[in-house]
Amino acid sequence: MMLFMLLFSRQGKLRLQKWYMAYPDKVKKKITRELVTTILARKPKMCSFLEWKDCKIVYKRYASLYFCCAIEQNDNELLTLEIIHRYVELLDKYFGSVCELDIIFNFEKAYFILDELLIGGEIQETSKKNVLKAIASQDLLQEDETPQSFFDDHGLG
Amino acid sequence: MAPVRGDGMRGLAVFISDIRNCKSKEAEVKRINKELANIRSKFKGDKTLDGYQKKKYVCKLLFIFLLGHDIDFGHMEAVNLLSSNKYSEKQIGYLFISVLVNTNSDLIRLIIQSIKNDLQSRNPVHVNLALQCIANIGSRDMAESFSNEIPKLLVSGDTMDVVKQSAALCLLRLFRSSPDIIPGGEWTSRIIHLLNDQHMGVVTAATSLIDALVKCNPDEYKGCVNLAVSRLSRIVTASYTDLQDYTYYFVPAPWLSVKLLRLLQNYNPVTEEAGVRARLNETLETILNKAQEPPKSKKVQHSNAKNAVLFEAINLIIHSDSEPNLLVRACNQLGQFLSNRETNLRYLALESMCHLATSEFSHEEVKKHQEVVILSMKMEKDVSVRQMAVDLLYAMCDRGNAEEIVQEMLNYLETADYSIREEMVLKVAILAEKYATDYTWYVDVILNLIRIAGDYVSEEVWYRVIQIVINREEVQGYAAKTVFEALQAPACHENMVKVGGYILGEFGNLIAGDSRSAPLVQFKLLHSKYHLCSPMTRALLLSTYIKFINLFPEIRTNIQDVFRQHSNLRSADAELQQRASEYLQLSIVASTDVLATVLEEMPSFPERESSILAVLKKKKPGRVPENEIRESKSPAPTSGPGSVLQNNVHVNNSHSKLNNSNANTDLLGLSTPPANNVGSNSNSTLIDVLGDIYGSNNNSSAVYNTKKFLFKNNGVLFENEMLQIGVKSEFRQNLGRLGLFYGNKTQVPLSNFNPVLQWSAEETLKLNVQMKAVEPTLEAGAQIQQLLTAECIEDYADAPTIEISFRYNGTQQKFSIKLPLSVNKFFEPTEMNAESFFARWKNLSGEQQRSQKVFKAAQPLDLPGARNKLMGFGMQLLDSVDPNPDNMVCAGIIHTQSQQVGCLMRLEPNKQAQMFRLTVRASKETVTREICDLLADQF
Repeated sequence: MMLFMLLFSRQGKLRLQKWYMAYPDKVKKKITRELVTTILARKPKMCSFLEWKDCKIVYKRYASLYFCCAIEQNDNELLTLEIIHRYVELLDKYFGSVCELDIIFNFEKAYFILDELLIGGEIQETSKKNVLKAIASQDLLQEDETPQSFFDDHGLG
Repeated sequence: MAPVRGDGMRGLAVFISDIRNCKSKEAEVKRINKELANIRSKFKGDKTLDGYQKKKYVCKLLFIFLLGHDIDFGHMEAVNLLSSNKYSEKQIGYLFISVLVNTNSDLIRLIIQSIKNDLQSRNPVHVNLALQCIANIGSRDMAESFSNEIPKLLVSGDTMDVVKQSAALCLLRLFRSSPDIIPGGEWTSRIIHLLNDQHMGVVTAATSLIDALVKCNPDEYKGCVNLAVSRLSRIVTASYTDLQDYTYYFVPAPWLSVKLLRLLQNYNPVTEEAGVRARLNETLETILNKAQEPPKSKKVQHSNAKNAVLFEAINLIIHSDSEPNLLVRACNQLGQFLSNRETNLRYLALESMCHLATSEFSHEEVKKHQEVVILSMKMEKDVSVRQMAVDLLYAMCDRGNAEEIVQEMLNYLETADYSIREEMVLKVAILAEKYATDYTWYVDVILNLIRIAGDYVSEEVWYRVIQIVINREEVQGYAAKTVFEALQAPACHENMVKVGGYILGEFGNLIAGDSRSAPLVQFKLLHSKYHLCSPMTRALLLSTYIKFINLFPEIRTNIQDVFRQHSNLRSADAELQQRASEYLQLSIVASTDVLATVLEEMPSFPERESSILAVLKKKKPGRVPENEIRESKSPAPTSGPGSVLQNNVHVNNSHSKLNNSNANTDLLGLSTPPANNVGSNSNSTLIDVLGDIYGSNNNSSAVYNTKKFLFKNNGVLFENEMLQIGVKSEFRQNLGRLGLFYGNKTQVPLSNFNPVLQWSAEETLKLNVQMKAVEPTLEAGAQIQQLLTAECIEDYADAPTIEISFRYNGTQQKFSIKLPLSVNKFFEPTEMNAESFFARWKNLSGEQQRSQKVFKAAQPLDLPGARNKLMGFGMQLLDSVDPNPDNMVCAGIIHTQSQQVGCLMRLEPNKQAQMFRLTVRASKETVTREICDLLADQF
């Protein structure tokens, strides 16, 4: 099972964090700090896997963003790389060639998409089509329900 | 940025832009505080907030939290959003709760009703939202509240597929925190049969669940094996078009395949049924065959997915360890990967081969790749891959290739990364011992290890070579000759001096016939190193010298001269002084017969498994590849190592009349690493102190215990998330000796490690502290010690501080720690009766001789605790001296080089007022004040 997933920028800024184990906040911050420094220090051609404490870290860089997952000893490293890739594909499809800014400004969407892909640290749906369908049906529900203050906010009231 | 569907929240976007435009951390904090104040006032005052606004503010709070700031409000507003009839508001409410609410928060009870409502919704989108939330929190509360609904959702015929998928994984999450949630009986077969479901997504999710259930209850779920094998077989033989969107870059259902292969690894043998086994083997062969086919795509995703399945199939083959044909094929396949251009594949292939090397069927096959693996060890750019290659060489080593592999590892060691040297040293030492047919080879290897990587040779390693030499008569002469030669190098490592000193002391006579290594030459050679060594090695050399007197009576006078030199004040170390003077006496007083008996050759050590292996296992729990073919597994390591330490105890005890203190054991005990469960008492404190360096790393708060060390001498002085400092100290008269143990708790080396003593020259005239230098690099997980000696020349105030600085992950760290070296350490307790106590008390009534303080007691007032502390303080706690039994009185003498200062103390509790009155009287004003200051506010 996946223990957590972190997205961070080349500058070490955390963009998304998803924890599948209940760690205290302090521990989460410590883990994040340690991993971000460790991974940013690695060179491009190095192995994408590393032994870390009692788990394995799988990471990959897409443009300016690092995607980093911690998995258990028995989990499959190569397939974890492909979970990351699938997530990137989903973000890309949803936002239309996704960039770091999309994830910053629409972080809630990034979470919703991840929740459709993984639950409790296990892959839920591997079909890209099905995940996108689920997200689309969420968005559909939203479109019927735009309240007055939405227009106010956008100067349309 | 593309427009996003659904409704964007403009206020949120503006806020995020503001934060991004902040030029400094301060500006960001200011902007956030402004926003928090705004949200707080909106939530408090504005009753007309509609759902959209609530959602927007909750979302802002979430963003602020994700930036790393604490959020202490807004939870209720988020809970309110859950019951909103607008989906987008509900969704943000759930997100906030998933991210921010801890598993044991009181809020959980408030949200259970909302979740129940959503679970019953007819809209699957709502149901899934609720399931995702339950899985995100995953607490026992959740398990108790939903133990009925979720299993039903999972197997009911009415449930839609998307909901079933979520329900399976949600149930898995709850099962992990509360295993009793899974109903047994007829449910078992219904859950197993999900493996036959039409929908691939459902099967994928269900397989994860079943895998966890099988782990707890393999017999009950045994029925899953047949279904899993046939499902797997269908996937593997399917063409990539059959599975539509479940095909990933031309690989049919890689996730499901891997999960099924994992599921089958829970059983060994996987199945008893011949038909099923044949089908499984056929499937595994198909997977191996496909690996040989040309790739259907150049994309790395294609090869990753394909190889993910292949590696998992190989795992299953290794796990079963029963099909020689498959094992050999797997090995050949991995061999091809060893020269693949993808670093990831080379790494995984090396890792997987480590397991293959332990199977009797594939061990020989693995050995065929030895050359490539040696190249990997030398040439790989990534240290983790090089390390994996070392692991594999270790695993594939056997009697046939040991000499070559050990030699290659020794060659590589000269240039190996610091981070893997220590482990390599252990591995080489183990292999050399295990596969030695000719023990001269073994001795050469270990001496080479010390020469090449002396700093990384732990005590276990050199203890072990001595044990082996002592136990094997045939190698003793060779060992003596070789160490003698090694010691002639102008610069030789201290570990070499230790081994050389010990071996020549035992077997120097075997080479004494040669004039080039005549007794006096041996002695002079050893003694030329004496001054460059640490006290521990010097102590060992002194023992060698006394043994020389027994072996070579003709050089007795030369040796006695040396003993004489070191038996007086010129030797700063009390231990060495004592040793030298006692050995000197022994050599003068004892007759040759007595001497020969006392210093008889060491008896053989009981044969036991190498203690080095235990160290290696401790270093990498669960990750040490076995160097043992599984058929002939050796028993687990037995208890303690036969350390040389025990030899010294042996020497001491055999003439305990002369050596009335067994301080020798202590001295050596100080430097025994905590790697093993050593039986001897002298080490037990140390192991307690330092044992947890390697244990829990989650103790993140810094602990700084200096105050406690007023009352004790050993323990953990300081601890934070990077470093643990243990201390062990010992005081005699005006002399003290401190061992500081620095343990690196992190996964990376601490560089530029430099402890600096902060104690002015003026203060040094009163308390002279000498500190040994330490290595500038503290390796990950390693521990080094630093010895300090202190000599109290005159009384002093306060205590020295050391400032420790080092670099951790590129950032400079620095902190100061007060050493447990306050003046009370030089107390000698003094026993006296009431009469003489009060007589002295009255004598010390001058203004300068008295000092008094009244202070508030710690709550609650703890008299037994106070008595305990006083006993550790160093003075004698005198009972039945004071007429009031609650009062505590103590007496002691402080030893300094210039004078002895008598000191009396009385501590009177006032229970009503919860106060203490402390009175100190001493013959010297400065002492009176210092002792009073030290003790005030400590009770």
